[in-house]
Amino acid sequence: MAAPRYGSPLKRAVTFYIPLTVMVGTTLFPFYWMVITSVRPDVELYNVKMNPFFTLHPTLNHFYYLFELTMFPRWAWNTLFIAVVSTGISLFCGLLAGYALARLQFRLAPSLGTVIFITYLVPPTLLFIPLGDVVKAFGIGDTPWAVILTYPTFLIPFCTWLLMGYFKTIPREIEDCARIDGASRLQAMIRISFPLAVPGILSAGIFAFTLSWNEFLYALVFLSSPQQKTIPIGVFTELVRGDVFYWGPLMAGALLGSIPVALVYSFFVEHYVTALTGAVKG
Amino acid sequence: MADQTIEPILAKSAASGAPAIAAPVVVAVPKSRRPRGLGHLLEQEHILAGALLAPTLVILTLFIAYPFVLGIWLAVSDKVVGRPGNFVGLQNFWVNLNDTIFLRAFQNTFVYTFIATALKLALGMGAALLLNQHFRFKRIVRAGMLLPWIVPTVLSTLAWQWMFDATFSVFNWMLLNVGLISQRILWLGDGTMAMGCLILVNVWRGMPFFAITLLAGLQTVNPDLHEAAEIDGANAWQRYWRVTLPLIKPIMLVVVLFSMIATFADFQLIYVLTRGGPYSSTHVFGTYAYEIAMRAAKLGQGASISLFLFPFLLMVIVFQLWYIRRSD
Repeated sequence: MAAPRYGSPLKRAVTFYIPLTVMVGTTLFPFYWMVITSVRPDVELYNVKMNPFFTLHPTLNHFYYLFELTMFPRWAWNTLFIAVVSTGISLFCGLLAGYALARLQFRLAPSLGTVIFITYLVPPTLLFIPLGDVVKAFGIGDTPWAVILTYPTFLIPFCTWLLMGYFKTIPREIEDCARIDGASRLQAMIRISFPLAVPGILSAGIFAFTLSWNEFLYALVFLSSPQQKTIPIGVFTELVRGDVFYWGPLMAGALLGSIPVALVYSFFVEHYVTALTGAVKG
Repeated sequence: MADQTIEPILAKSAASGAPAIAAPVVVAVPKSRRPRGLGHLLEQEHILAGALLAPTLVILTLFIAYPFVLGIWLAVSDKVVGRPGNFVGLQNFWVNLNDTIFLRAFQNTFVYTFIATALKLALGMGAALLLNQHFRFKRIVRAGMLLPWIVPTVLSTLAWQWMFDATFSVFNWMLLNVGLISQRILWLGDGTMAMGCLILVNVWRGMPFFAITLLAGLQTVNPDLHEAAEIDGANAWQRYWRVTLPLIKPIMLVVVLFSMIATFADFQLIYVLTRGGPYSSTHVFGTYAYEIAMRAAKLGQGASISLFLFPFLLMVIVFQLWYIRRSD
């Protein structure tokens, strides 16, 4: 596969370019659809005779609706705040736990590693009903803390798992040298190993950020008042009234809600892919 | 897992003539410089480990272990929102097994999981093989491929819902204008069609994850092996089945298991696209549990539905742990 010998151009087109184009086209079409829907005026959107693939009268009305007549800016702020804080908490916990499991010798290390791996695989769907009671019991229902404290249940195991794998790739001898030079156990960890783990921390952080930005079930169940909602919940619940879908603003909201994660992702593609593949390999 | 890697390294450093590094490293630190008090305690590895793991264990106990136990209690109680529940034994499970919507959801969950995972694996493998070739703009294509996986599922699913709209579906517009159909297709109009659409959207969303992880697997395959096989007369197909596939089988298996868990426990895609409709024909465990617990306020009954996820999850987890142990 490494050597570029592909036979005739026709064969290459059939076995490569056509499948690739179909694949890329299918992947990206729904995004094109979000964009085009968000700028077409309502008269065109709801007229089956018009060609739906483009418009000669682009409008920003749907965005205006979103910003002026819904709480979209507030949802965007909530989503950002929740994603940043829960990612921060998860990175902090995951960094310490990952280090302990990868580097320190103690009897429970293997079994705790297994426990964290298991919690990594527990889906929110299994727990959301009792967790709703727990959140209420703590008095944090319908506040950002309801999700800030529950997102780490799937983010910490992921961060721990990824960083544990990362610490294992850093040679232990580097820390041992520091110890011989008189650094304490803690200093060796903080001054030597943590800085070396920065690429791993970045990967885990980006992945965790996108996971919490996108989360749906916990936010849907734990956040109910409109001013507390995140973008996915707000767009889904406040722009559909009964059976009426406000498709223009819906697609505008979907587009704006997707752009921040897509941007973060595009800046750190390699880190994201590392996290993605590291998450499964462990 | 952790101790297995520690031991060989210690053995190695001890063998290379630095015995002071092995076991209690504290010995190597001159007594006068040894930290006192808390610092001293943290020199001991098991105490430091306890301190480092404490925040994680507190959060996981409060928000996973405790809710899990609570969930089991709810499942055997008649709790509804606003009043305490009583123990009712297995009654909730009995009610479920006599509920035709639940049985439909049961069947849907498995159909959805297995068909979607099989398609994601097949298409993801195809995509990975395409992306593993050399071509211009490869990096951009690879990055763009992951978009469905990156963006919030709810938001992209809303775009699909609009594309499947009963009146304004773009697919209908195309098919009508090309002349392939004479009447609009109601994409989400009946249970079977709607399940098909759900699987389609799930495959669209999940395929990039397969493609990118399998691509990472393919990139670890040594090209020399392919050349050797080619010299021995193997054609492209044989090289794929006999050389590539066995080498990437481990990562393939892990990706499939991960995806199966996520698909099995899916909620958002189905809830957004069909809300379990039409006529409750597309519910899965997740959406039906939500419907019963949150909309009908029957927390106990809902918890018993979620709990049906557990045996299958447990099987996958046990298998995965067994597999990790074995390959270690």
